Amino acid sequence: MAVTDRATTRVAPRSGTIVEPAPVLAVPKPDTWFKRNESKVIGTISVTTFLVLWQSLGFVRAAWPQGIVLGGLKLAVPPTLFLPVPSEVILAFRDLVQGGELAQDVAVSLQEFAIGYVLAVVVGVLLGLGIGWYRRFSYAVDPFITFFYATPRIVLLPLLIIWFGIGIWSKIAVVFLGAFFAIVINTAAGVRNLDANLIKVARSFGATDLQLFRTIALPGSVPFVLTGLRLGIGHALVGVVVGELVAAQHGIGRLMAIAGSTFQSDKVFAGLIIIASAGMLTTLLLQRLERRYEAWRPRAN
Amino acid sequence: MADTVGVKLEARGVTVHYRRRRSEDHFLAVDRADLEVGEGEFVCIVGPSGCGKTTFLNAVDGLLPLTGGSLVLDGRAITGPGPDRALVFQQPSLLPWRTVLGNVIYGVELRGAITGAEARERAQRHIELVGLKGFEDSFPSELSGGMQQRVNLARALTTDPEVLLLDEPFGALDAQTRETMQLELLRIWNQTRKTAIFITHDIVEAVYLADRVIVFTARPGRVKMSVPIGLPRPRDLRIKREPRFLEYELKIWESIREEVMRSNDMEERVA
Repeated sequence: MAVTDRATTRVAPRSGTIVEPAPVLAVPKPDTWFKRNESKVIGTISVTTFLVLWQSLGFVRAAWPQGIVLGGLKLAVPPTLFLPVPSEVILAFRDLVQGGELAQDVAVSLQEFAIGYVLAVVVGVLLGLGIGWYRRFSYAVDPFITFFYATPRIVLLPLLIIWFGIGIWSKIAVVFLGAFFAIVINTAAGVRNLDANLIKVARSFGATDLQLFRTIALPGSVPFVLTGLRLGIGHALVGVVVGELVAAQHGIGRLMAIAGSTFQSDKVFAGLIIIASAGMLTTLLLQRLERRYEAWRPRAN
Repeated sequence: MADTVGVKLEARGVTVHYRRRRSEDHFLAVDRADLEVGEGEFVCIVGPSGCGKTTFLNAVDGLLPLTGGSLVLDGRAITGPGPDRALVFQQPSLLPWRTVLGNVIYGVELRGAITGAEARERAQRHIELVGLKGFEDSFPSELSGGMQQRVNLARALTTDPEVLLLDEPFGALDAQTRETMQLELLRIWNQTRKTAIFITHDIVEAVYLADRVIVFTARPGRVKMSVPIGLPRPRDLRIKREPRFLEYELKIWESIREEVMRSNDMEERVA
């Protein structure tokens, strides 16, 4: 702005007329609509292109059922059995909805996921805070956590089925074990990595242990806890699906297992999309939460 | 100064050992330090880096146990942190998830002596005193280093301590901001006239602020010299160019220089 001010008052030495202010070159233009929505636009284009290409496989399949012959080269088109196209997946999805069983499968899977995950959050956060806060307690518990965290919890499934049966509780147990360790480990790390300066401040102003915990440890570990929760979602979903694949009466995993063993790959894809959507939705909700709690974080910029 | 007014703080043979991590041996950080600070006196402690001046201050705050000697404040031995002292930290050390107001109120909140509207009102007054009116709802990450140190200072002042302990609070600031903060600190101190102990490695800063400058020896730290600063108050920044100021500066500089040389010699002999 200072440059423009000087330009308006400058007087040309010979003619004595006021020189027009020089055009300001470096005024940043407001971002175009494209620039503001760049990530969404490019993302949409790439996904759409992918879906169109995938769908066009169906047209190729219809036009050349025997494959495309190019000179001596024969390109086989994978049959529907191998790779259904999006429209076929949608139709399979519709059939599932109309068949009436999907609602029950979704309900059962959702129940397993929700109960197992919420239990893991409650127990995991509480235990993680305890482990991070009490050094001796962590010495006692760490060997077990390391053992279980290094072991894929899915291997416990046969045992869990013996203990809890093939109903929802064996799946709840495997979901719980899947999410629990990610949550516990991250929460404990959050408490352990508190800023030593802040602890000193609290001590200097005479904080009791409880005050120190409430005003420093708890808010200070929130980012770590949220990371644990986000990682836990992935593990929990694996637990639901694999648990149901192995042994279940109902559920999306069970649906996919049956569809798979009867070569209904379009239904397998439908199940896959339901699971993926559930994971994306939960992660999205959690990101919302993260943003709310991290308003104070400096923007990386 | 300490003779004419009542003695506020009395350090007798203060000794502090540190235990090294994962080892049995202790090293001596402060060795039989004797110091008297008068009521309302502004004392600066200078010394070669690593000489134990911060350790001494932490001991006065009650954060570190003494391994020898005694610290007496208003006739009572210091055994831990207390409401009669407040520390302004070297790093701003603000709670990043709290706003300026939330941080300034933090000290009184922990003390629990005053609460609610009264605490908020007092915090607000000190936010204005350090010149941060209008930034009450900002988060620390939105403030400059100088502004963060103002919050650090306001947090300590809001607890209304009898002795203000300042641990190189301006050490990490750029030269211009540091001078501004020195000026501000003297303005605030003139209004409150609280007893203050200020640690710094900056001799000019020490002479400019203090009624008396204490020179610490190289580690283990003990009091080497006490220099009363007879410069009139209020002091503005131009006083730093006056011959009398430069004389004090030189005297203290030579004293510290001697310590640095001595400790270098010692290290060479050990090596």
